[in-house]
Amino acid sequence: MSSIGTGYDLSASQFSPDGRVFQVEYAMKAVENSGTVIGLKGSDGIVLAAEKLILSKLHEPSTNQRIFNIDQHIGMAFSGLIADARQIVQIARREAAEYRQQYRLSIPLKYLNDRVSMYMHAYTLYSAIRPYGCSVILSGYENGEPVMYTIDPSGVSYGNLGCATGKAKQSAKTEIEKLKLSQMPCRELVKEAAKIIYLVHDELKDKNFELELSWVCKDSNGHHQRVPENVYQEAEKAAKQAMEADSESDNEDM
Amino acid sequence: MFSAPPFWQNGPAPGSFYDFPNMQPQVQPNDFRQHTQSPVTTSTSLVAVTYDKGIIIAGDLLASYGSLARYRNCPRIVKVNNNIILGSSGDYADFQYVQNFIEQKVISDECLDDGITLKPKSLYCWLTRILYNRRSKMDPLWNNFIVAGIQDGEPFLGTVDKQGTAYSDKIICTGYGAHIATPMLRDALDNKPQLTQAEARAQVERCMEVLYYRDARSFPKYQLGIIDADQGVSIEGPLQVAQNWSVAHSIKGY
Amino acid sequence: MSLVVKPNFPDYQTAPVQRGFNPYADNGGSVVAIAGDDFVIIGADTRLSAGFSIYTREQNKLFPLSSTTVLGCSGCWCDTLTLTRILKSRMQMYQQEHNKTMSTTACAQMLSTMLYYKRFFPYYISNVLVGLDNDGKGVVYSYDPIGHCEKRTHRAGGSAGALLQPLLDNQIGKKNMLNVKEEPVSQQRALSIIKDVFISAAERDIYTGDSILINIITKDGIKEETFQLRKD
Repeated sequence: MSSIGTGYDLSASQFSPDGRVFQVEYAMKAVENSGTVIGLKGSDGIVLAAEKLILSKLHEPSTNQRIFNIDQHIGMAFSGLIADARQIVQIARREAAEYRQQYRLSIPLKYLNDRVSMYMHAYTLYSAIRPYGCSVILSGYENGEPVMYTIDPSGVSYGNLGCATGKAKQSAKTEIEKLKLSQMPCRELVKEAAKIIYLVHDELKDKNFELELSWVCKDSNGHHQRVPENVYQEAEKAAKQAMEADSESDNEDM
Repeated sequence: MFSAPPFWQNGPAPGSFYDFPNMQPQVQPNDFRQHTQSPVTTSTSLVAVTYDKGIIIAGDLLASYGSLARYRNCPRIVKVNNNIILGSSGDYADFQYVQNFIEQKVISDECLDDGITLKPKSLYCWLTRILYNRRSKMDPLWNNFIVAGIQDGEPFLGTVDKQGTAYSDKIICTGYGAHIATPMLRDALDNKPQLTQAEARAQVERCMEVLYYRDARSFPKYQLGIIDADQGVSIEGPLQVAQNWSVAHSIKGY
Repeated sequence: MSLVVKPNFPDYQTAPVQRGFNPYADNGGSVVAIAGDDFVIIGADTRLSAGFSIYTREQNKLFPLSSTTVLGCSGCWCDTLTLTRILKSRMQMYQQEHNKTMSTTACAQMLSTMLYYKRFFPYYISNVLVGLDNDGKGVVYSYDPIGHCEKRTHRAGGSAGALLQPLLDNQIGKKNMLNVKEEPVSQQRALSIIKDVFISAAERDIYTGDSILINIITKDGIKEETFQLRKD
């Protein structure tokens, strides 16, 4: 890395001569070290899928979840440092609760996204603190419309139709671009999301992983929740079949 | 601040001279705070009775401003979650404040996604603490709450008042109902200790009718909340009190 | 406190209207306790009331703090709920800090301290704490609302306290009698006296009635017993 040794990477409050903030870029590296997370916006809702890498066989299956509920109608998935992300989750929950207390309405996702990105951005301005080492995907369903945003450690946020962060974000994005997202209902998207996570998983580097799936859509009554057990099983089955079909066709090629 | 009472009306206190017109300074603290001394917009009785597999609770929809029947569609029997109903009499604004608080509590609980939900006895105990703390600040929440719920398959009925006085029983009535409906229901339960849902409902409806005849702050439109171990929570209404004023013309001498 | 000077015109003063909130309630109830050589008995009625209303007919007012200590409370019920909850957690904290259960005598002192801590906004409760002391002897401690603590052999507290105390003084303390033999009270006699005095109290005091709950504490543990009173 070109920045090492130049002295401009020790603090988030200093630019390098060529106009970069290295601390923020390092935070992005932390994001790229973690499992892939994708979000897909379909015709009637949003599906979030996460590849939760299992670091030890001694961990319980449900620990260190990577998809959280923020409010009844909002979900958040992240890639990057778990502890950092948990704090973002807490901040987002508090924002949602305060908004409800003030206006007796559930928080609009656009507004929540503004607040959380401002918060994350503030952590890129001072020398005494470091930026958050995580990217988050916010998904919501409001007035029959699915909405999705991603926020980077820099505090920049984007509205998305489909998005991916983490280790295999490039190949995941390529796969997502192949789908006709706006015409697909969530029931189908769940399978596609599972397939993509299985496809981009690197078996050589990371052995085990757990698939996490959640949605917020018409079927879930506009609530963000983990997909029902039967839907999950179906999606995982479809993903595994696709993987097998894939490897068979690979063999034929040889 | 404290002085002996005057010898006679407007006369000097013992040991002091008659001192009109008096410009002598009286020292008074100016950092005192005036707290709620009385309720403003109030609702009247609640009637609740336990039957073999659940609880029925009824309360009318009126919120009075003193003796004025001001707001005539104010629901005050609400579902908290699938095993709790909350009812309130007393100040309506204070009830809404507590209701919003509980709503957020339930949503925050759901967000944790650990499958644990608020239990009736927990809410009851929590309300006791909230109300007792406010009374200790001499700034009470001017309410009488009734918590009806199912815990471990058994009906639970409890109440908390503005001082934090709390108890649970098979029959609980608040406001005017404590004087009129409680004896009626105690009588019914003495005759038959285990009512069925239909019998309990008939008793509660009879109480609402008598209360409408005798309580000047009551209203014929009311809600009925039923929580049942098998059927879950339902809030019915607005219902109408069955009125029969045919005996009215024969009452003379008032 | 910052002070401001205000002129005072007594002749033009109207009486201030005091429409206050009363943080206290009198929820009635009576507690009676008698100590013997190797036992102690405490009884409390189960009526919870306010004014002319009976809130409930089955309210337990005895709070076991340990296997040898029981507290009986009557007076302001919301204060009772709060005090007993704090006591319960203090008992647990003591257990976990010292790895032993708090003795009755220590409990008695702690209760006094806790009551006095709220000297200027007291818990409006008439407390009677009973238990076995370190020698296994029955003891009764009685309190006023602000923490005065007194060790005695028998005590009646609560709404019918003033009614029953002289009776106990006579029957247990053998006061105002000639030619009586001082002998320790037996468990059976203590129990029947408690039942009798409650029957009498229920006749004269509207805040006492419905039924009594009795705890008999011996070295073998706490035995519970109930007894019905008149319900009107």
